[in-house]
Amino acid sequence: MNMADLLWIIVAMPFTIFLVLAFLGKKLSANLTAIIAISGTGTSALLTILLGWSFLGSPPENYSLSSHLWEWMNAGGLITSMSLRLDALSLVFIFVITFVGFLILVYSTEFMRNEEGYARFFAYMNLFIGSMLILVLADNLLLLYLGWEGVGLCSYLLIGFWYKDPANGYAARKAFIMTRIGDTALIIGLFLLFTEFGTLNIADILSAAPEKWASGDPTARLAAFLLLGGAVGKSAQLPLQTWLPDAMAGPSPVSALIHAATMVTAGVYLIARTHTIFELAPLAQNAVAIIGATTLLLAGFSALTQRDIKRVLAYSTMSQIGYMFLALGVGAWSAAVFHFMIHAFFKALLFLGAGAIIMVLHHEHNMFKMGGLYKKLPVIFWTFLIASASLAALPVISAGFYSKDLILWETFASASGGTQLWFLGYIGAFITALYTARMVFVTFFGKTKIEPTQRPGLRITLPLVVLALFSFAGGFIELPHTLGHVQVFSGLMQHALPHLEIRDVAESSELVLQIITGLTSLIAVGAAYVLYIRRRSWTDSIRNSTLVIQIHRFWNLGWGFDTAYDTLLVKPIVYLSRINKNDVVDLISLGLSKAMVYFNKLLVYTQNGKIRWYMATIALGAILTLTISILL
Amino acid sequence: MILAGLIFTLLIGGLFAGLLERRFKGIAKWISLLALLFNMGQLIRIWLGYSRNFLIGTNEKMYLVLRKPWIPEFGIEFHLELDGLGLVMVMLTGFLGLLSLLVSWNHVSKKVGFYYFNLLWTLAGIMGVFLAFDLFLFYLFWEVMLVPMYFLISIWGHSNRTYAAYKFFIFTQLGGLLMLLSLLGLYFIQGSESGVYTFDYWKLLETSIGPAQSSWLMFGFIIAFFIKLPVLPFHNWLPDAHAEAPTAGSVILAGLLLKTGAYGLLRFVIPFFPEAAQSFALPAMILGVCGILYGAKLAFAQTDIKRLVAYTSVSHMGFVVIGIFAFNTLAMQGVIMQLVAHGLSTGALFILAGILYERTGTRDLEKLGGLWASVPRMGTAGLILVLASLGLPGLVNFVAEFMILAGTFTASKLIAAIAALGLVGAAIYSLRIMQKVFYGTEKSKTSISDLTFMETIIIAAVVFLLLFLGLYPSPITKTVAPSVQEIISNTEKVKIGEVHQILYEEITLEAANGDH
Repeated sequence: MNMADLLWIIVAMPFTIFLVLAFLGKKLSANLTAIIAISGTGTSALLTILLGWSFLGSPPENYSLSSHLWEWMNAGGLITSMSLRLDALSLVFIFVITFVGFLILVYSTEFMRNEEGYARFFAYMNLFIGSMLILVLADNLLLLYLGWEGVGLCSYLLIGFWYKDPANGYAARKAFIMTRIGDTALIIGLFLLFTEFGTLNIADILSAAPEKWASGDPTARLAAFLLLGGAVGKSAQLPLQTWLPDAMAGPSPVSALIHAATMVTAGVYLIARTHTIFELAPLAQNAVAIIGATTLLLAGFSALTQRDIKRVLAYSTMSQIGYMFLALGVGAWSAAVFHFMIHAFFKALLFLGAGAIIMVLHHEHNMFKMGGLYKKLPVIFWTFLIASASLAALPVISAGFYSKDLILWETFASASGGTQLWFLGYIGAFITALYTARMVFVTFFGKTKIEPTQRPGLRITLPLVVLALFSFAGGFIELPHTLGHVQVFSGLMQHALPHLEIRDVAESSELVLQIITGLTSLIAVGAAYVLYIRRRSWTDSIRNSTLVIQIHRFWNLGWGFDTAYDTLLVKPIVYLSRINKNDVVDLISLGLSKAMVYFNKLLVYTQNGKIRWYMATIALGAILTLTISILL
Repeated sequence: MILAGLIFTLLIGGLFAGLLERRFKGIAKWISLLALLFNMGQLIRIWLGYSRNFLIGTNEKMYLVLRKPWIPEFGIEFHLELDGLGLVMVMLTGFLGLLSLLVSWNHVSKKVGFYYFNLLWTLAGIMGVFLAFDLFLFYLFWEVMLVPMYFLISIWGHSNRTYAAYKFFIFTQLGGLLMLLSLLGLYFIQGSESGVYTFDYWKLLETSIGPAQSSWLMFGFIIAFFIKLPVLPFHNWLPDAHAEAPTAGSVILAGLLLKTGAYGLLRFVIPFFPEAAQSFALPAMILGVCGILYGAKLAFAQTDIKRLVAYTSVSHMGFVVIGIFAFNTLAMQGVIMQLVAHGLSTGALFILAGILYERTGTRDLEKLGGLWASVPRMGTAGLILVLASLGLPGLVNFVAEFMILAGTFTASKLIAAIAALGLVGAAIYSLRIMQKVFYGTEKSKTSISDLTFMETIIIAAVVFLLLFLGLYPSPITKTVAPSVQEIISNTEKVKIGEVHQILYEEITLEAANGDH
């Protein structure tokens, strides 16, 4: 079989499983459902590894493979096809999607076991994975948009999976509608690119763009900003980030899937994929970096104040995606994708671990009611710890260190980056380590407050262990030259993404910066240890001042974005539609018909059956007629 | 004769259904089914013949023509033609006609014979509108589809049916009257110019009209079609009519009657008055955009599910208006896709609303909720249809809206960008339906039964088409491509008379050997 043929099989597998479960789900036993549910993505993951093996072993021409399926639209000059294209960038993405997705599915077979709608859940999950695969493998922007919207749909379905609670339905709709606002920007961007280039094929656009546009061209800028609009929606960056914390309403594996392997990384992919356009629009690319830096800080502070363990993780996702945006914004393309991959491993692990904890603690989400779990749930504890180390970027021993350090260093060294952006990222690193350590200490140490009811089974722990392995060792494929100098990952990426130009002055400071950031995360962990383990009284006294309480509240509610949107947009629109429910335009025709009835009544007056009245009007009429005829 | 057959099958079938029902109870629906199936068979046969044409790759225009003198004193002929555009519309009519028959199957209790008579005659009128190439005949069919629909609403409708039926009738009739005036104006101008008074479509196309006259004449047509479509200030008959009509009536109204407005714009307004239409393009597009957003806003506010769906039609038809007045191939292809997409998805939504009403006894969203648990199949159907309505890629509605907006974007960036906001609006009102009906807590304790086998088949057929055409729209885009090309090239030619002289000769040749 041709290597390129594997592409469509990889995509088709989850869709097939989706169809099987959608049609036959009700009739299958739970065990059979579970086996079917994981088989599709499992096969895809195996095939992806096979494909990746041969892709790396004997690279195809241009480092890309394409597979044309059929022509989709062909009208009036718009020709798009159902075609897939694989290059180094999408290879990394499909590996993460299928591999992490598979582990999440395995975990879910146990986690969701006693839930109503078991088959429905796996049908949606498979559709989710399939849509995401289309998104990253599409060779044209329209097909990418199909995957893009498919991902949005599945997030809607899965966040609202427990549909009986209206709050979940609200969260689901919020996610869909917020991201759709971004999607609308994206689709307008598609119109613009189509009008400019006459095609939506990504490779064609990217190769034609530098010829058509000089750097800083206003049209290029507009296009880049519109694409960015789509990206901030899906990736939950400012100002469209508010849906993400609420998306926790879905089951934990869903959060793992949304936050790690799919959905929120779509924006990162989109920008990396269309990097040429961003390079031609420096203003837009700067905006990417600034949005990333701002989001990573705001979300970091919010994470610091959450009590719900899943909400901590949600804000931390926002913040980590912020790092990826920062990297994209300064042109550290490869670093962004590297952090995406590492983040996918440890964030999936964190969500799955948190889900398992919540499951065995009677659906308790509040960390401060947990505690002392490190002895009770050793597997979860150790894996969670490894993932947390990665999130906190503990130096040398965690994968997160290598990916985040790379971003920070390249932000500093990049011509379009600089000290200010680096500093924001650096502060963010401190906060990240702080809230991560806080989460671990509060959840696993201290007194046991709730006894776990059960120990999770093998199908839950095994995925955790595998992900822990990757969260630990994944970083070693890309080491800085101060520390081993391995460049497997960037070596692969250079075939799809441009290399970063490093400022001359920066070269010498790399080691110094690494030491600073490494120490910083250790200090943060130490601080958290003091505040949450050794001297709880200190935290309590800090928290008693009114200013701190207010700031805490403000951060806790995500910097008031929800309130602002609610008062400025949602309420006025709802109010306007409510008062106009009966459509003012209808008053015109109602008024007309009322007027008719009124005139009818007037005329009815003249026909009242009174002879005297008739005589009088006839006489009057005759006089009038005579007068007029004489006068004229 | 095949074209006349399409119409007369329905007219005669309707007569027999109406007359024989008294003698033989229950026969009317079988007669109707027979007539509609026969029509569908004919249509598929025609389409297969037609598709061979573009499958081979020869992009020739293909026509079926029927011309018989009818009232020669006034230059009126019984003149039907079928091109790609007509074929798509007629097939949609056949398909939705069949669906509307099937949803009525066991649900008509009073005046059964008369019901099926009206159903078939409305469909016949619609077929006629899509086929007529003599303007007098067109007007006749325009009325034929209207009157039976009036009866369908006023006899078999819901509680407020009389008001709704009157409103529908007066609005449409007003438009029809203006159209008649314009039509006669065209007839006399052409007659005095050439000395031959005729209602023939192709002859009237040759009329050269001064700019002032042409814009007056155009507005007569435009108002008629805008009312039908409906476009913003003329839309308020629609929610009443759609909400009060029986299910089959709503399906035909939303799925087909609205489409005759769009068809009229494409077939008559643009070719007859290319310059006047172009100078009216901006106001028309603004009305279209307002319709998209205003319709979405009103849909969001509704609590009656049928009214809600009715207002979504206003929103979706706004896309049709901007697409038509964008004057390019891509947008116009999108418009025709949108007619099909909206006909299928909204028709099916009305069917679903009818099923819900029949089971729960209410159309009030506030009284529904949490139905997914008891009727998952209905929920799934609702979900897919709602997703179609919000334009999810993979379903044909997306193809339509994308083509329209992408085409419009080349004509006016701002209009297209604002219209794209309608996509957000669509998401908001569409998902509200799902939440209010299927998700949330169960409002009533009485459990209802899920879709029956027949209902599942009906919805599944629609869903299949939505998905198939959404992933592979070529059967339609290629069928209508020559027609669209012709409409567009008309607008590009200043002297339209010459072009049609040539076309006309070709067609008479085709007519000689093409009709069988």
